[in-house]
Amino acid sequence: MLSLDLLPHSLTLATVLIILLKVVVIFVLGLVGTMLMVWFERKVISGMQNRIGPNKAGPWGLLQTLADGVKLFFKEDLIPDKSDRFVFKMAPFLAFVPAFLVWSVIPLGGDFSGGRDGSFSMFGHRTWMQLADPPIGILLVLALSSIAVYGVMLAGWSSGSKYPLLGSVRASAQMISYEAALGLSLAAVILVSGTLSTHGIVLGQSSVSRWSVIATGLLPFIVFMIAATAELNRPPFDLVEAESELVSGFNTEYSSIRFALFYLAEFMNTITMSGIIVTLFFGGPQPVRFDIGSLHVDPNLHLGVLSGTVWFLLKLLVFLYIYVWLRATLPRLRYDQLMNLGWKLLIPVALWWFIVLAALRIGDERTPRWNKGVVLAIGAAVFIAGATLLVVANGVARRNREREGAMF
Amino acid sequence: MDILVFVCAAAMILCGALGVVTLRHPVHAALSLVLTLFGVAVLFVAQNAHFLAVAQVIVYAGAIVVLFLFVIMLLGVDRVEDLHAEPFKVQRPLAIVSGVALAGLLIAAVVASQHTNVAARGAGLPGVNPVRNDLHDGNIVALSKDLFSGHVLAFELTSVLLVIAVVATVLLARRSRGIDAAPTDGQAT
Repeated sequence: MLSLDLLPHSLTLATVLIILLKVVVIFVLGLVGTMLMVWFERKVISGMQNRIGPNKAGPWGLLQTLADGVKLFFKEDLIPDKSDRFVFKMAPFLAFVPAFLVWSVIPLGGDFSGGRDGSFSMFGHRTWMQLADPPIGILLVLALSSIAVYGVMLAGWSSGSKYPLLGSVRASAQMISYEAALGLSLAAVILVSGTLSTHGIVLGQSSVSRWSVIATGLLPFIVFMIAATAELNRPPFDLVEAESELVSGFNTEYSSIRFALFYLAEFMNTITMSGIIVTLFFGGPQPVRFDIGSLHVDPNLHLGVLSGTVWFLLKLLVFLYIYVWLRATLPRLRYDQLMNLGWKLLIPVALWWFIVLAALRIGDERTPRWNKGVVLAIGAAVFIAGATLLVVANGVARRNREREGAMF
Repeated sequence: MDILVFVCAAAMILCGALGVVTLRHPVHAALSLVLTLFGVAVLFVAQNAHFLAVAQVIVYAGAIVVLFLFVIMLLGVDRVEDLHAEPFKVQRPLAIVSGVALAGLLIAAVVASQHTNVAARGAGLPGVNPVRNDLHDGNIVALSKDLFSGHVLAFELTSVLLVIAVVATVLLARRSRGIDAAPTDGQAT
């Protein structure tokens, strides 16, 4: 059990205190961050749509989310007659708890400037600004996101009503499909960094040219970004709660605090997923350090332990903004477009690129080394052959479907 | 500590297994299965087999049971089944016999394993060296070396099996044009 500890040591009062402190800090920061995220999203979208947005509660409307939360708390908690009561009550927690647990493996700070490893002293113990660093590290995120599917799915089913059921069936199909693409692009990062531990992945990305986004050749990042958006059920992939078709999707029958839990989980997932993207591809709390040829840039914020947190927050904000931007800009996909994009484009591309990366890596370890140009040329040839086959197969399938009378 | 973890996990597994068998509602039975799978994952973690634990959660709880639930919801069989009508009369006696045989086999395996390699205990996998915590790789290296060297043939055969299953499913799901097309078109129009 102690293997889930940070830095192996025996269980003493100090370690228990450190862990408790970290848990409390992450819990509070998570909730406050989610509150600010809701405000941020509403404010940015209203700016993009030429509105003012929330501006009554608190300065710049900052306390609007708090007001909404208080309102939700005091609303009547409705449970539909036809619902499966036990599952209906359990579902919001299944959505909420995994959203929180993802925080535990994200490196949130620490001093990484000048090649330090980000550890700091606390009650006489060296530790990292991260709740846990289990050996399976980043796979825990995948496991938790697959548990989160249950929340959405069971919420829709247990409501005992049509639209939530449709929403939840859509959601589970979508989340399972995109988990494959997510895992494959993740595998590329693991291949390059050679470790599963999130702290190890961050340590390996010590300068901009070694960031995974560049080291893995950009493609896994693009696939991961799209798949993560679909996994979050955020626009343009929010078919789960397509208001024009499904009332409000899987959470239609929920009210009061149970609805608030789904709402919180959704926004918290946006933050944690952005954190995961920053950790995996952009060096997490590492400073933006250039080390290309004669160009050396090594910014030092002189904030000690907190400098990593500042870098992390800056990078995180970029992605949070991108998510809000996507929501304000893109129209929703149709269901068949969503499935086609996932299965026929993202998964094959991610798989092909993973194989090319693996070939390049094997070539680097051999003596004499393989010629990278040749490897890439063979990779391109394989890609063209595979893509042609896939396009032809899709064409045949489409013609067959049209001949038999299209279903949709 | 070890015994506490084991007792809790074993209770989880047994409750889940009993739930799968006794609960009338298919969705509840599937959820009990998730409880069992989580208990097994906890036991894996207690044995330092972290990778197996997370694979258990991702693959079984995250994909397979979700697929079960998906089918249950999509086909609308999510109501209580009447189990009193028996299609095959020999089913129940046969089930009892095979259940007892399986239990006997498992007990025999446990008894036999007490006399074999004790050094491999806590290693998660038989034949793999006991995992050191400072290695910090969740025995992925040991597992993959074993899988891709000694058992590579079995591994590849398994993947072929999966491909065959996929092809067969597609073949079964495809409506054969000569027989089915006409009535389906009639219904559609």
